[in-house]
Amino acid sequence: MHLSTQQFADTIVVAPAGRIDHRSAAELEAALTPLLAEAAARQGPLVLDFAAVEYISSVGLRVLMIAARQMRAAQARLGVAALQSVVAEIFTISRFDKVLAVSPTLEAALAQSSDAALAAYRAAGGVQPT
Amino acid sequence: MKGVRFWGTRGSLPVALTSAGLGRKLRELLRAARGQAIATDADIERLLAGLPFALAGTYGGHSACVQIDTGGPDFVVCDMGSGLRPFGQAAMAQRGGKAQTFHIFMSHLHWDHIMGLPFFVPAFIPGNRVIVYGSHRELEMALRRQQEPPSFPVGFDTIFEGRIEFRHLEPGVTHDVAGLRVSTMLQRHTGDSYGYRFEAQGKVLVYSTDSEHPLADPAHTERFVHFFRDADLVIFDAMYSLADAISVKADWGHSSNVVGVELCQLAGVRHLCMTHHEPVFDDAAIEAMLAETRRLEEITRSAAPLQVSAAYDGLEIAL
Repeated sequence: MHLSTQQFADTIVVAPAGRIDHRSAAELEAALTPLLAEAAARQGPLVLDFAAVEYISSVGLRVLMIAARQMRAAQARLGVAALQSVVAEIFTISRFDKVLAVSPTLEAALAQSSDAALAAYRAAGGVQPT
Repeated sequence: MKGVRFWGTRGSLPVALTSAGLGRKLRELLRAARGQAIATDADIERLLAGLPFALAGTYGGHSACVQIDTGGPDFVVCDMGSGLRPFGQAAMAQRGGKAQTFHIFMSHLHWDHIMGLPFFVPAFIPGNRVIVYGSHRELEMALRRQQEPPSFPVGFDTIFEGRIEFRHLEPGVTHDVAGLRVSTMLQRHTGDSYGYRFEAQGKVLVYSTDSEHPLADPAHTERFVHFFRDADLVIFDAMYSLADAISVKADWGHSSNVVGVELCQLAGVRHLCMTHHEPVFDDAAIEAMLAETRRLEEITRSAAPLQVSAAYDGLEIAL
């Protein structure tokens, strides 16, 4: 599973790609662990940009549940952005749309994070993380 | 093995449709009938057939009890929830006064799965045999205890007079009972529960209720995929949403519709039937969950379609 990260002001943006299933969820969890620790330590927001995620299974959703718990305990914000239609349906059916703050676009998620993050994103030309 | 009939499908404790709930259904039904022809019985049947099940029927309220029609002379049942009482009445009506043998497989010994036994009338009748199978060492003790004072007015031996026998099933060992090849598997549930795989005449039925699935354990998933492999029907505990099952209701010993679909897809199962419905869910909530689960199966399908049903008291599924 391909995964990239980018920083916009105080906000870390993590962008996984492909399928998050029983084969790749552990990889996502391992990649997220230090980023969540960093965001939680400074109570900064973290956004998961799901624009390139095609599918997520229960095992992948468990990773998001753990991330949500960790960020909530640190009083830090975790958002998920730009769900593809299939993934959006999986979120609804599993009720994860009630667990996580879901935004239609990365820009909207960053607007929820902080003014500085949104400004940095726009200054960068609204580019997606690579 | 010809099929199954559900006599109890509710989890944790039995529920009944309330007057208020029935009133809501009747009002919706009458609204649906406006402008429709209802002059004849055939008109009424046609109207009812076109309505959603949550409006024209009810998922029902008895706790776990599923009958397996083996095609043979003996009765075979999974669990003795409150649904065992109507099953017993139907069995007596079907076979009259003839002596019968009942084989009953127990998933576990929690209250909602044993409460039907004191009301199981066939076990009161001389000449009948009831053989209870399970993997819990406490099987006989648990069934006797629920009829001890002050919990029940009539004692176990007084009412059953030796007609109930107990057989311990060693997990992982295959047994032959009433023409079925039966294997059991330990499941994750407080006090343990056991799933059953029944095989006969090329048909496979899996009964897996009160079973939680730890998602971070690939070996656990693999064990269940193996146990479910190529089943014609899997009866599955889908009590909660996935989000609830792994957060506020983690370690409560139950599963979700999402995990049910995933395990059945991985195992090449043909039909998933969700049961052990959450008691707070009304008919509309269960029907909505069924529609969502069918949609999940559709958007995640990578091989042959998986049929998805939600069990209700009285549902029959042919194998």
